[in-house]
Amino acid sequence: MKLTRRYRFCASHRLDTPALSAEENQRLYGKCNNPYGHGHDYVLDVTVEGAVDGNGQVMDRRALDALVEERVLRQMDHKDLGKDVARLAGVVATTENLARAIRDALVLDWPAGDWPLAARLARVRISETDRNIFELDV
Amino acid sequence: MAMILTRRAEFSASHVCASPSLSDAQNRAIYGAAANPHGHGHNYVVEVSIEGEPDRVTGMVFDLRELKEILTREVIEPMDHRFLNREVPPFDRVVPTTENLALEVWNRLAPAIDRENVRLKNVRLYETADLYVDYGGED
Repeated sequence: MKLTRRYRFCASHRLDTPALSAEENQRLYGKCNNPYGHGHDYVLDVTVEGAVDGNGQVMDRRALDALVEERVLRQMDHKDLGKDVARLAGVVATTENLARAIRDALVLDWPAGDWPLAARLARVRISETDRNIFELDV
Repeated sequence: MAMILTRRAEFSASHVCASPSLSDAQNRAIYGAAANPHGHGHNYVVEVSIEGEPDRVTGMVFDLRELKEILTREVIEPMDHRFLNREVPPFDRVVPTTENLALEVWNRLAPAIDRENVRLKNVRLYETADLYVDYGGED
């Protein structure tokens, strides 16, 4: 069974790659390339998958909340994604790359067998607006 | 060319998440505020997904009117505006977590929906806008 929990955070970003000229960046990213950046109210859905335990739960929601709070929200909420978030250093802060960074923040630092939750991470889904939604199966 | 059809329905119900085989303190430790003895409520939203081939004659995977009748009879009527623990078996003995409720919805719907070339694919049950479970019959 899969369990999905929704979280929200607010952050700013600017889409700009050093691999392209200023004009090319402007053409590629449009308004998202405006020099001083802009922000979104991101909505993050984290899905875990596992068997239902003796308590009738896939996992303790508070354990998931604590992990997401520590690994993602505290790092990203009310921050500039390009300047303040180490996992996005060196990559453009598109929501695609943000989804990868969140997946990595949740799973990468745990050695195999050391994953702290009772269920495995199955999907990260993030929207930057109601119209732009990105899903990453893990 | 299988297609997936999803229909949404809502019901409002109260519940207590606590196991009679555990102490109050243990229930509180596991379920938190959801273990409060007099219960609390949610506006549950259920999304039922059915997979099948659109019928050659009707062009439909499933008759939506029949699906609405099944949903109403099996889930909405028995559960809407009820205290799940006291009024809706098996929740007199099974803790009505979102997971167990999704499982029960699946068990009630699958026999009524499954037929040749059509099967219940997924039950998504929202307890709140910020928490839902998906069950596809796999466990």
